[in-house]
Amino acid sequence: MASEAVRDNFFMHNKMATVISLKDIKRDFTVGSETVHALRGVSFDIEEGEFVTIMGTSGSGKSTMLNILGCLDIPTDGTYRLDGNDTSKMSKNERAILRNRKIGFVFQNYNLLAKTTAVENVELPLMYNGGISAKERHARAVEALKAVGLGDRLEHKSNQMSGGQMQRVAIARALVNNPAVILADEATGNLDTRTSFEILVLFQKLHAEGRTIIFVTHNPELSRYSTRNIFLRDGRKVEDTLNPHVEDAALTLSQLPQED
Amino acid sequence: MHYGNLFKIAFRALIGNKLRTLLTMLGIIIGVASVITMLAIGQGSKRSIANQISEMGSNMIMIHPGASSTGGVRMDAGSMQTLKLEDFHAIKEQCSLLDGVTPQVRSSGQLINGNNNSPSTLYGVTEDYLSIRKQEVEKGDIWNERDEKTAAKVCVIGTTVVENLFPDGTDPLDKVIRFNSIPFRIVGVLKSKGYNSMGQDQDDVVLAPYTTVMKRILAVTYLQSVICSAKSEGQTDAAIAQITEVLRKQHKLRDTDEDNFTIRSQAELSAMMNSTTDMMTTLLACIAGISLVVGGIGIMNIEYVSVTERTKEIGLRMSVGARGIDIMSQFLIEAVIISITGGIIGVLLGVIATVLVNILASWPVYIEPWSVLLSFSVCALTGVFFGWYPARKAASLNPIDAIRYE
Repeated sequence: MASEAVRDNFFMHNKMATVISLKDIKRDFTVGSETVHALRGVSFDIEEGEFVTIMGTSGSGKSTMLNILGCLDIPTDGTYRLDGNDTSKMSKNERAILRNRKIGFVFQNYNLLAKTTAVENVELPLMYNGGISAKERHARAVEALKAVGLGDRLEHKSNQMSGGQMQRVAIARALVNNPAVILADEATGNLDTRTSFEILVLFQKLHAEGRTIIFVTHNPELSRYSTRNIFLRDGRKVEDTLNPHVEDAALTLSQLPQED
Repeated sequence: MHYGNLFKIAFRALIGNKLRTLLTMLGIIIGVASVITMLAIGQGSKRSIANQISEMGSNMIMIHPGASSTGGVRMDAGSMQTLKLEDFHAIKEQCSLLDGVTPQVRSSGQLINGNNNSPSTLYGVTEDYLSIRKQEVEKGDIWNERDEKTAAKVCVIGTTVVENLFPDGTDPLDKVIRFNSIPFRIVGVLKSKGYNSMGQDQDDVVLAPYTTVMKRILAVTYLQSVICSAKSEGQTDAAIAQITEVLRKQHKLRDTDEDNFTIRSQAELSAMMNSTTDMMTTLLACIAGISLVVGGIGIMNIEYVSVTERTKEIGLRMSVGARGIDIMSQFLIEAVIISITGGIIGVLLGVIATVLVNILASWPVYIEPWSVLLSFSVCALTGVFFGWYPARKAASLNPIDAIRYE
């Protein structure tokens, strides 16, 4: 069953379906009497199966970009199509449903529900999808947790887990609704080097299985492990390159000095 | 939509943070429990005051002969002979608003038992006298109808009389004492009532059948007074009107004639009772109101703080696809569960506290069903409202702001 899904993903990957399409995205904020241009016309497409790193310093507009990509915010101008859906015409509720079905978020500080078991945390997105039975929900949550290597910690509560484990739960939560795209916001930002690489290994594994991943970060080092890198500066895209030599995070991890 | 899921979400959120759930519930529990206990104590004292006042006979009506004049000379009411035994029978039969009716004839004299004697008043009455005066026979029993018909020389005595005539503590039942020179057999002893509000010793009485007193002691055919009790204190005025009508007919008075009898009720007493109970009611309303406001503020604070504290959680839920309505529904369901559970616990706790107050402090208590309903519904509504109101604000939050909220 899982291998079938992987094969299907690869099949669609080969067709190179466009998951994300941004055309001249602008986002202005009004702060007092001043207008701040967070994004000044950004366009790019992301195909299914890409692992994209969006980088930029603070103030570059990458957080705004993440919010728009995640349908948490709408652009002032321009069009954003997610998996064929034009988000600019959508109501708040429609965007909530779109997030629920098409997007998996991974946050820097995990954002797990406190004192709640791993399975229940992972089930959360499916709880807001009335079409899924309790049985299926549980099965999919368990499957997602196994996929991130937490098959043995299903009933652990969020306060009984390490940072790396919590982030794995968060990734499982992002996977569970089988999203069109996984959006990671500084997903390794709170973790030590070794754990960061463990998470990166996981992202690369998910990518290898055909998932589309967008990693938003300020850390340029991470660009070595993704297939494509987009740099933002002052609200504009200044660089958009494919990475010809994707490094294997697992290899880097194995070369890290062993800690006692 | 998926209400089953929303219930599960709400339930998981409540279980997930038991302390917060408990604290929120505590506001409601204390609110409900304190209102119930306060009102129970208040109602208890109100009832006990009302009881004490009605013990004094707030519904008592006294009929005396009099108010007539013979040739322009007003006569002493006691010497009037206008109130007859037939009047008593007519009142007893025709006045529907009366509970008890008794004639009363009185004679003062010396009670003698061997070496002991004391002055006392002998009242000739019927059995109804006890219910009208709220007195009870503690030992023995009151005389029967046959005694009344045969004018038997039997009596029921008060405890003061027992103390005076039987200082050595012998059982007075079936002993024979003398009133002046006439022997009376004691058939019953009244339960002690102590002094009344006028300072009269209510236990210094001797009761005998009115027939006995009329025939064997006073040798009269008229009555000194008739005492009755209205069915309730509120019906006193109507009962007086009824008695007046019956007596005027009995006495064959023309419309222009003055009444040749006087009817008095305990109007002052009932006015006092009304003002006391009214004050009690107002006091209770204030206490209940303050308790409810305090309880409500407690609920509001905790729920408001908890929603603020949960802004991040709300943001997360929205980012994984919860709509505003889902968030609101969740908080509403949580508030309903908390309020109802807290309300039920509060009712139980309030009842327990009330019983404890009654046992430990031996205060009179009475739980009114409406007080339970009122406190429960007010606290539950406050709980739901203050759970829902901040949640509605949270639900309208921008998910970005909510998830980045620190």
